Amino acid sequence: MPVRPAALSGEAALSAAMQAAQIGDAAAYRALLRDCVPVISAMARARGVQGAALDDVVQDTLLTLHRARATYDPARPFLPWLRAITQRRAVDALRRKGRRPQEVHEPLAYEARADDGPMPGDDLARCERATILAAAVAHLPEGQREAIEHIALRELSLEETSTLTGRTKGALKVNFHRGLKALRASLSSRKEGTDA
Amino acid sequence: MPDPATHDRSTQVLSTHDLVEDLARSLTPVRRLPGPGRRALVWSGAVLAVGLLLVPMADLSGLRARLAVPDLHWAALGAILTAFAAALAAFQSSVPGRSPAWSLLPLPPLLLWLGASGLGCLRGWLAPAANLAEPEEMRGCFVFLMGVSLPLSVLLVLMLRRACPLRPNLTAALGGLAAAAAAAALLVPFHPHDATATDLLVHLVAVLLVVGLNGLFGGRLLDGTAGPRSRPGEADL
Repeated sequence: MPVRPAALSGEAALSAAMQAAQIGDAAAYRALLRDCVPVISAMARARGVQGAALDDVVQDTLLTLHRARATYDPARPFLPWLRAITQRRAVDALRRKGRRPQEVHEPLAYEARADDGPMPGDDLARCERATILAAAVAHLPEGQREAIEHIALRELSLEETSTLTGRTKGALKVNFHRGLKALRASLSSRKEGTDA
Repeated sequence: MPDPATHDRSTQVLSTHDLVEDLARSLTPVRRLPGPGRRALVWSGAVLAVGLLLVPMADLSGLRARLAVPDLHWAALGAILTAFAAALAAFQSSVPGRSPAWSLLPLPPLLLWLGASGLGCLRGWLAPAANLAEPEEMRGCFVFLMGVSLPLSVLLVLMLRRACPLRPNLTAALGGLAAAAAAAALLVPFHPHDATATDLLVHLVAVLLVVGLNGLFGGRLLDGTAGPRSRPGEADL
């Protein structure tokens, strides 16, 4: 099923996307960066970064990745390269945080504070949702499926989609809305089915 | 459920999303950097070119006589190997994801270089006839070392800046070591006298000065991403 190929794929796809980014493919690069965000976040959390600092680390890492993109060697795996950058930025963040005074006089509040990172099952749930959505999209008629895939899932513009598929913008709009309607129907009936 | 944390997270996610859009929009094709080994070879080629430029000024007959002394040619070999190993380590450390163990590569040749030069300390006793250094010759050595190290360091820092050194101070110090060792290797043919303890001290001070200056200033030059929020346009500078 060709629904968001990069979303569930492994290292090879990331490496391929990075190679495409090196020769200037903005769409592949955007998809790559989006896929990297949860990975970077998980790596930074593993290094002990928490809370608002986590987002700083993600953004710093993305900026460094952008600056370092010429140094990526496609002959080598992508994730160790990304991990090296993330860990360095995580250490930077922890050092910055270490320099700031921290509130340690409220043990109860400290103990009761909720971890604002994702819950343990979040990845699994996201995976499952993606599979359900992919199955529902695959059952749509050809025209509607194309419109949904390109416009909603890949977030292309109408013009880009129309040059890609050779359909007019009007046809795409109609197909898009019909597709959304069909999806809404099939997904909500599915939900009722599971709830019952 | 009105949960402030959820709201915060959504605004943060948005800004990360914006950043991704910014970066994707400002994407320009880049030429992939050659591997660290090849880049170290390029720099070593530049060192060799400097050496060839200086050949007309060299004291070649004296050089031949001096290289016959074992500890002097070991010292020269050590300096040459240290220069290349340190340059290779610096280039390796400027690429994310390479093993940090590369930074240890210059240590064995460095030991050879320092050890063999250190034997020169004993020369005063071993070979009393050896031609010992005058103070102004020593000053000449120091000026030569600094004068040659500086352009080599600048070239190396410029080359390293094209990569992305995640530990800029380490990379810069390795680069400084490479430049200082290369300068010391280039000094061998111009040395008007044999090594002595004071001579070794002068060299050591020069080497440490070059490594230290590189660590101090080169680190700052190499650290293009130190600012917590440099926008993509600036990061490319």
